[in-house]
Amino acid sequence: MTAQEPEARRLPRARRRAPAHWLGLVLVGVIVAAGLVSFVWTPYALSDMAGGRLAPPSAAHWAGTDRLGRDVFTQLMIGARIALVVGCGAVAIGGAIGIAVGVLAAFATRFADDALAAVFDILIAFPTLLIAMLVVAAREEASLGTAILALGIGLSPIVGRVTRILTKRVLSKDYITAARVSGTGWPAIVLWHILPNIAPFLGVNLALQFGLAVMAEASLSYLGLGTPPPNASWGRMLQEAQGTVYTAPWGALLPGLALFSLVIGVNLLADALRDRFDPAGRDS
Amino acid sequence: MTLLDVENVGFAYGAGRPVLEDISFTVPRGANIGLIGESGSGKSTLLRLLLGLAVPQKGRILFDGAPLVPRDRGYMRGYRRRVQAVFQDPYSSLNPAHRIRRIVTEPLRSLKVPGDHRRMAEKVIADVGLEPDTLDRYPHQFSGGQRQRIAIARAIVARPDLLLADEAVSALDLSTRIRIVELFEKIASDVTMVFVSHDMGVVAALCDRMIVLDRGHIVEAGETAAILRAPQHSYTRNLLASIPRMA
Amino acid sequence: MAALLDVRNLSLATAGARLIHDLSFAIAPGERFGLIGESGSGKSLTALAATGLLPRAIAAEGRITLAGTEVIGAPERRLAGLRGAAVATVFQEPLTALNPLMPLGRQIAGPVRRRLRREGRTPTRAAVAEEVRALLDQVRLPEPERLLDAYPHEVSGGQRQRVAIAMALACRPQLLIADEPTTALDVTTQAEIVALIRALVAEQNIALLFISHDLPVVGQLTERVMVIRHGRAVETGPAAEVLSRPREAYTQDLVAAARRFDKALEGRG
Repeated sequence: MTAQEPEARRLPRARRRAPAHWLGLVLVGVIVAAGLVSFVWTPYALSDMAGGRLAPPSAAHWAGTDRLGRDVFTQLMIGARIALVVGCGAVAIGGAIGIAVGVLAAFATRFADDALAAVFDILIAFPTLLIAMLVVAAREEASLGTAILALGIGLSPIVGRVTRILTKRVLSKDYITAARVSGTGWPAIVLWHILPNIAPFLGVNLALQFGLAVMAEASLSYLGLGTPPPNASWGRMLQEAQGTVYTAPWGALLPGLALFSLVIGVNLLADALRDRFDPAGRDS
Repeated sequence: MTLLDVENVGFAYGAGRPVLEDISFTVPRGANIGLIGESGSGKSTLLRLLLGLAVPQKGRILFDGAPLVPRDRGYMRGYRRRVQAVFQDPYSSLNPAHRIRRIVTEPLRSLKVPGDHRRMAEKVIADVGLEPDTLDRYPHQFSGGQRQRIAIARAIVARPDLLLADEAVSALDLSTRIRIVELFEKIASDVTMVFVSHDMGVVAALCDRMIVLDRGHIVEAGETAAILRAPQHSYTRNLLASIPRMA
Repeated sequence: MAALLDVRNLSLATAGARLIHDLSFAIAPGERFGLIGESGSGKSLTALAATGLLPRAIAAEGRITLAGTEVIGAPERRLAGLRGAAVATVFQEPLTALNPLMPLGRQIAGPVRRRLRREGRTPTRAAVAEEVRALLDQVRLPEPERLLDAYPHEVSGGQRQRVAIAMALACRPQLLIADEPTTALDVTTQAEIVALIRALVAEQNIALLFISHDLPVVGQLTERVMVIRHGRAVETGPAAEVLSRPREAYTQDLVAAARRFDKALEGRG
């Protein structure tokens, strides 16, 4: 008797986007591989200044050398490692704080919710970078860990606001009421009903935040508040190469390209993961 | 024997106008009662009170002789075990991220019902007229009518004493609606049912007694057949006259 | 007399699926036509196609002639002129069909002003206000003074639908398309809106394309009906005949279901 009821139609959205998804996987894959390999092998030591100054790309120096004669390719590999650590670390910290506070806000009483929403809006009005600079200043010492912590805290209000809105939307669904009527407690409802349903949208947002974090780290480094030398973050490379951008363009072009590839790649990959793990392939 | 006893219940949201005023009725065990009302009648609020999702400000609700205390977690665990619900929108009442097996067995897990949950899921999915392979699929793969069968399976899997249905067939197409009504008819032989709806036709087909709500008050209550034959209140008469009929 | 809306061999498809298969029907000026279908039947898509409002991703084949103008493939400029002058639509959910940030009076004034311009008259403030008042009167809206300044969320669903109907009438269309206009409403409100639509199309001799899954409502409003399912025509004919002596199994099924609830209401369920 149910045979008469037509099956819901399904559009093959994921398949149409497949090429972009593969591109994301390749871009991120290459950068992750470079970062991992840098732990065991780089063409030169980071502080090796044996190459000629500002040498163009050659067989000996695949990406040329910088104004101190250091190998740019080596720096790019180390920079990949730093970018990934900063991105993942900042997103993990910002995500943890943001998701926790965002879910709490969605559940809070009207007054507390309004207050938290206002706090999110005020914090978002400050650029992430400014918040991060304040945190670094408070720690009185620039290090990779401080930079990650600072960026994570800087990102958390954005994640918090998105989480709060997404959670409120899910809370209005009948399956939440159905779960309550089924005797499911609030912690289980958050874990099994809310988080899986906000994850697809939140994931895409976190990927954006990843890109922002990597770029913000570049800015922090530029201001001398990020990764301390001699560690070569892409941001520091960009900063150091800006004076020689006309005479030795590879020095600025390649870290810029790497930064761009990572940000684009992570976003494409987040998109792919959403399509892959979202059973309904819902679009809205 | 009375299963549910609603005594002089009143409710208002915040400081607003009361949504329900002085609502009293009883549901005998095994009965099948229709709660009729249009938007603004307070029927959805009344259902929330019966589900223990909100607490009446006036009066009280007795379930099986004991007062319903939504704030008492231990009591509510037992209450949930005995009172389940089916909601209006089959597209919103099933978690899209979960397989049907998990959706149907959620009350069993949450309420720690003993027994072989796998077997119970298979039995209940057959009871609502779906194929066994339904259990391994996701909600989006089913039509509205099929989803509503799944929601019904979830509501009856823990063998509740009372089933509350909130406009449970209103969102369905006509030809599907009649089949889900038939399914409710079948289920009603094992369970006490309160069927909330704005649709007099559905309640007439399904329920032996009905209660008519208008703007927070009960305007009429009694045997379905008697009310249909001779509605006493002008609101009920207007409602009956408004229903479009086939020529 | 030539048909006002003539749909010939209409097929609609997306990249992945065919949505409408070879659908043909015609509506004469002043005729009341019902399109009966359940969810997923393609009835709303058909209405969108008739007004040239199809999403870009849907490809249309066949011919649709509306008031002598070919709709399929027509440039947007010509279609925009057609909408309003020839056809106006009332949708299922008046809350989303109305602009939530604009007072109701101004929303009705929009199409009034366009029509006055179309008729070569100057839409002065007084002329528009007078027309809006007349329209509110036509759709039997109480307290017009209060409603003019009210926002959509401040009035009831039935009143919103009356405003939507007033906006459609403001265009003085030859054809009114009503896509499930009563589905979101209470039964008592539905009865009022059905009566209103019936009276208005009769008074102003407007043709009606009424789209619904609700057989009794379609039966009350239309002279001729077409039943569609999964994008294909199942049965066409005079409303009284199709709804009382359906020939096709699917229609028989629908009619039996509707009668079952009717019978229950008569206490014979």
